[in-house]
Amino acid sequence: MRTRLWISIVGSLIAAQCFGVFAESSTETTPKAIASEQSAVAPEDIEAQVNLDVEVFQGFFAKRFSAVEFADYQNGVYALDEPSREQWLEIEEFPPYEFSVDDGETLFETPFANGKTYADCFDNGGINIRQNYPFFDEALGEVITLELAINRCRESNGEQPLAYAKGAIASISAYMASTSVDQVMHPEVASDAAFKAYNEGKKFFYSKRGQLNFSCADCHMRVSGLRLRAEILGPALGHVTGFPVYRSMWTELGTLHRRYAGCNKNVRALPFAAQSLEYRNLEYFQSVMSRGLMINGPSARK
Amino acid sequence: MKIKAKVKGDAVAVKMLINHVMETGRRKDESGELIPAHYIKEVVAKHQDAVVFSAHLGTAVSKDPYLSFKFKGGASGESISVTWVDSKGETETKESVIK
Amino acid sequence: MTAATAKLVGKNVVNRRYFLTRLSQGAACLAAVASFPRLVFAQWNEGAFGAKELEQAIAERYPELTIEDSDAITLKVPAIAENGAVVPVTVKTDMADVSSISLFVEKNPTPLSASFYLTPGSVAEVSVRLRMGETSNLVALVEAGGKLYRAQQEVKVTIGGCGG
Repeated sequence: MRTRLWISIVGSLIAAQCFGVFAESSTETTPKAIASEQSAVAPEDIEAQVNLDVEVFQGFFAKRFSAVEFADYQNGVYALDEPSREQWLEIEEFPPYEFSVDDGETLFETPFANGKTYADCFDNGGINIRQNYPFFDEALGEVITLELAINRCRESNGEQPLAYAKGAIASISAYMASTSVDQVMHPEVASDAAFKAYNEGKKFFYSKRGQLNFSCADCHMRVSGLRLRAEILGPALGHVTGFPVYRSMWTELGTLHRRYAGCNKNVRALPFAAQSLEYRNLEYFQSVMSRGLMINGPSARK
Repeated sequence: MKIKAKVKGDAVAVKMLINHVMETGRRKDESGELIPAHYIKEVVAKHQDAVVFSAHLGTAVSKDPYLSFKFKGGASGESISVTWVDSKGETETKESVIK
Repeated sequence: MTAATAKLVGKNVVNRRYFLTRLSQGAACLAAVASFPRLVFAQWNEGAFGAKELEQAIAERYPELTIEDSDAITLKVPAIAENGAVVPVTVKTDMADVSSISLFVEKNPTPLSASFYLTPGSVAEVSVRLRMGETSNLVALVEAGGKLYRAQQEVKVTIGGCGG
């Protein structure tokens, strides 16, 4: 047990040396100010700050991967690496998640015990709306993700909520995502409360965590495109657009929060619960940063 | 099972995706017990009563098997049928129209 | 009763009654054989699929054929597999008279993965997704004109770092 601890400490030190994560934080990946305690901010100032964040974030990737077209970031690491892109395209030709999308459609259309359906809970009957999630619900004062909305719909109709990481919720979410064709996401941050949630997500993204002491930004900005062992690290820009994803690793669909938990475990940090405040705020921040990209879920990943 | 059959040049290209666990018999469940093997062993595709393709599969074929093949002599509007049988004797047949 | 159907009756005791009922319909006899839970004319080769070594698997699948390497076979498989659970493989060739194509993953517990049977009306091009347990040679054998030809490529399979 102790030997393992030493090995992982030494291993992480070596990894850190290789990737220079102990070096002085460069301004290009760490924003100058993350307000953790803020007084009321005027709406136009919120918009200005968020727009600046988006500009800096998207500009970072434009500069780092100058050959990649903006729209291609929706495909994650496949926008960066040709050999893995080829394999991915072969799988997307007839992707295994098609069965789950069909299951999701059936589940979506099956009425609850009280006779109502999911369509009754959502705008436009739940069709072609994936790009509107996540959003900050001003009345409830929290970030609403698609999966959360699905379960709230169930509960308000007397049904048991579904588990959040995989299974039925992923199938329903995949079906709903598949109905959004060529839809661009552009989440808004329009109030103090929304700005606070956004900043919580932003703080999470840039904070180091876990035994390996990596932040999301360390892997998915600073060393994005480089290899960590056998993995090429995907860019954070466009991270959320393709979910839920069928990972070859899982041989099934999984939600974004399932992947967040996995990633946190990978850096030896305790994961948060799916649909926890932390992960919802993170999803909100990541979605704002991916403004202008198209929704393309579900999709296949390694 | 999903089938896509399309005319391509002078041949028909057929792709199929079969919903099947393809359990190898080497995996263990949470209690450490081996999960019994359960996998597709045979696949046959027919066009107008003639077999145009067949395959024997083993446990090294991925879960939710994908297969594709090509044959000559089919035309748009005609149908093909695919049948598979697995190690438990379960079977499915599906027809598809060539596009 | 032909030799093939006699073998069938012997091996499928459970289906015996069904078979005999169908047999009594005379003309439907051959159709009955085809509708059994055994579709392909050749038997699923237990010896070949169960063989634990590549040479043994090949010998069981293609007894008494010698192998010749051929660059007329195109084997498309990634040099580094993204994930060993789903490795896309395509084999194609313009050779004449192809009767079968078989794929072997040398280091798998049982190397023979799949065997495809082609007809005179086939185009010799097949694709499948395979499981590979570790870095290994992927061997494609094409049976054409009664001879056996080979193409192979090493595929690196990694467990992955942060793949979790």
